[in-house]
Amino acid sequence: MANNTYDAIVIGGGHNGLVCAAYLARAGRRVVVLERRERVGGAAVSEQVFPGFTYSVFSYVVSLLRPEIIRDLELPRHGLHVLPLESTLTPLANGDYLAQWNDHDQNRRELARHSLRDAEAYDEFGRLMHQMARAVKPFLGMAPPDPASLAPRDLAGLARVARHFRGLHRGQFHALHKLLTMSAADYLDEWFESEALKGTKSASGIIGTLLGPRSPGTAYVLLHHYMGELDGVFRAWGFAKGGNGSVSAAIAASARALGAEIRTEAPVARVLVENGRATGVALESGEEIRGTRIVSGLDPRRTFLDLVGACHVPGELVEAVRRFRFRGASAKVNLALGALPDFTCMPGRGPHLRGAISISPSVDYLERAYDEAKYGEFSRRPYMDVVIPSMIDPAMAPPGKHVMSIFAQYAPYRLNGGWTGARREAFGDAVIDTLSEYAPNLKSIILHRQVLTPADIERTVGLAEGNIFQGELSLQQMFSLRPAPAWAKYRTPVDGLFMCGSGTHPGGGVMGAPGRLAALTILGRASG
Amino acid sequence: MLKTTPFHARTAALCVSHAWRRWAGYVVASAYELSHEREYHAIRSAAALIDVSPLYKYLVTGADSARLLDRMVPRSVARAAIGQVLYTPWCDAAGKVLDDGTIARLGETEFRVTSAEPSLRWLEANATGLEVAIADASDATAALALQGPNARAILQELTDVDLASLKYFRLTAARLRRIPVTISRTGYTGDLGYEIWLDAGDALAVWDALVEAGTHYGITPAGMLALDVARIEAGLMLLDVDYVSARKALIESQTSTPYELDLGWTVDLGKEAFVGRDALAAEAERGAAWRFVGIEVDWDSLERLHAEAGLAPRVPSAPWRTSVPIYARSNQVGYATSGVWSPLLKKYIALAHVPTRWAAPGTPVDLEVTVEHQRKRAAARVVKKPFFDPERKHA
Repeated sequence: MANNTYDAIVIGGGHNGLVCAAYLARAGRRVVVLERRERVGGAAVSEQVFPGFTYSVFSYVVSLLRPEIIRDLELPRHGLHVLPLESTLTPLANGDYLAQWNDHDQNRRELARHSLRDAEAYDEFGRLMHQMARAVKPFLGMAPPDPASLAPRDLAGLARVARHFRGLHRGQFHALHKLLTMSAADYLDEWFESEALKGTKSASGIIGTLLGPRSPGTAYVLLHHYMGELDGVFRAWGFAKGGNGSVSAAIAASARALGAEIRTEAPVARVLVENGRATGVALESGEEIRGTRIVSGLDPRRTFLDLVGACHVPGELVEAVRRFRFRGASAKVNLALGALPDFTCMPGRGPHLRGAISISPSVDYLERAYDEAKYGEFSRRPYMDVVIPSMIDPAMAPPGKHVMSIFAQYAPYRLNGGWTGARREAFGDAVIDTLSEYAPNLKSIILHRQVLTPADIERTVGLAEGNIFQGELSLQQMFSLRPAPAWAKYRTPVDGLFMCGSGTHPGGGVMGAPGRLAALTILGRASG
Repeated sequence: MLKTTPFHARTAALCVSHAWRRWAGYVVASAYELSHEREYHAIRSAAALIDVSPLYKYLVTGADSARLLDRMVPRSVARAAIGQVLYTPWCDAAGKVLDDGTIARLGETEFRVTSAEPSLRWLEANATGLEVAIADASDATAALALQGPNARAILQELTDVDLASLKYFRLTAARLRRIPVTISRTGYTGDLGYEIWLDAGDALAVWDALVEAGTHYGITPAGMLALDVARIEAGLMLLDVDYVSARKALIESQTSTPYELDLGWTVDLGKEAFVGRDALAAEAERGAAWRFVGIEVDWDSLERLHAEAGLAPRVPSAPWRTSVPIYARSNQVGYATSGVWSPLLKKYIALAHVPTRWAAPGTPVDLEVTVEHQRKRAAARVVKKPFFDPERKHA
């Protein structure tokens, strides 16, 4: 083997690319990761955009990071420290609030303040979702079997799926059917009556997707988010000390320790394809690197259309990739604050500022926010998920000062007239204006503001259309259909070319599962 | 934060141990004094005053109120007399126990239901199409248990109602001094005792009156530890400790039927319909697979195991509530869920779940005990519940 030939070249140093490289290196493969930017992490990066203040620029919580990855790659030893994020506060227009606390008694008492029935239903709902998440979760750990294939591995995988579903009780099966077909709002209506609770719960059904809480299919996404909670004992849910960049840093440190090479500022221009086989990559600098396996952590559109080129890919896959829905729907606003925000509904410093603050007073509120996006406008009163990382990890800001991370939706990628600097700041103003209704001192404490629209996200980290999941987590592009039928198992029609990003099963979130499963596929160890 | 009961101003002042625990979202005293022992002995030899306000309480009224409850619970509610109190579990459609509590018939069409877990949704779900009103009276109603041989004498000092004629599991409206209350001849101690139900606003006045009248009779505020010792002696089970509600169970094996909990006597299969009836009828036919039994540990065996380690026998003076293996012929066959050294009976007793074939009184089994960090098996045998059943309880 020539000196400059790698066993695997991973394109893109996002968290999945790093996970994939680490697993390959762990199996003794010679691996290089090529990252365009000056830092690894992709959308999981921490940066001092404003001196002294560290932003988790894009993704900002750890929710679904797979426990087996944490164990296998020894991430705690490489610096990962997940701090608890224990509550969700939903401020309401009338000055009241709905809080969801970690403590069962405290939570029940608070819910009962809004509805005695909801307080009771909450536990039963939680139990059912726990069971449903258990029913679906095994699929997160397996390469999705192709239901149309007769290959032994697919048949074995399908048999596992069938066996698994046969183990469900009738009631559980019916609940799963509903979750797979209903909207988040309709599903929650079957359980709860409090608008604030339904609004806040339904929000997790729309995150990152250009759909409203009343759009069918969003109920499933609720479940997707419950899977993180299944590992509650393992405590994989929370806020990474140092911001989400420290998740990437820990994975990169592990990969390096296992022997992987990581090159930053090494943008790949194209994948070299010879006789239908990927043989290496060409960097924008002109440098060519040879490898036996080429693994793309990029989304399917950029992988096939930009790096490989449509001419090397079967027409139907090109079509499928073109149709793959990205439609970035969310923006990020990062703030440096001179003091703490003061929420009218719960004044002063308190435990609520160490948790999430959700601007989701009702399903109607979210649906109206979506209505605007549906017709190409940003929401003037957006849904927001706010955290104050410096309340959880004081090192994120200078003493006494704070950073605030605001996930805001909807900010559609295809904005009427396109995203301009002025439009970006107008959306930033809408976010701040809306949040100020609940925390009136906000405007007076802002030292610095960073607004990142889907267009900015696409430009900075390369995610197509700024979709945070490398493609919507909608049912028609999940499991065996992600990213395309027959190509859902990390392989591609180009020999030697693999995919390992969130655009593959089981999808997005800082989960790492696609990167791991791609590596196991390459190593011939994937189950399913 | 956690709630405090209507008696908190009094109980907090008494709680020198600072030992509080949670009960249904409230803080209640584990023991007021530094040890629960004197509080326990008050239950058996004088009178103990126990704050049981955290119980969930519902008022069910309306023309169909008896029908609703009869639909929900396996016991016959229609047959209950006005002034009668029924203890009963209730089940889901598969006959698995959801909760247990009491149903007090306050009037022809008026009932008070108590439960360990919130039950508003379940009551409402079963009330479809019925003419009933269901009100959650949990926070508005305070409750005290006055338990022990002197309970009647203390209470009689405060009311004109003739308590000697108030039979076991009956209730009466009464005035304590001038405060309207309901007095039921019920309790969770297996002793002579009463429970007093009152408006939360009258809580402190009633507490003070009882303490004043009871002082000469040795009235002693008692916490949850003392109550736990007494209820184990009385063979009374506790939700979340001795069994898991079918509403919370994650797997089938965590659920129990009334038969498996030794509550077959509450199941009236003669009733035309109630939730879980078909499943329970089938189970009655084939026999329950499990039983909830009393276990008595053999002292000689316990002494020998300790002697082997060079120690005198040690027994749990505070009740435990963990799952402890029960063995028969060297295999684990079941598990105990509550146990304590009974200071009255001078026996180490436990409540346990065992398969029916090991459930007959007298059956020899082993209970796991830990002696100086080593797990051992102490000889024990299945005994009839309750362990302690004084005449005065019903007399």
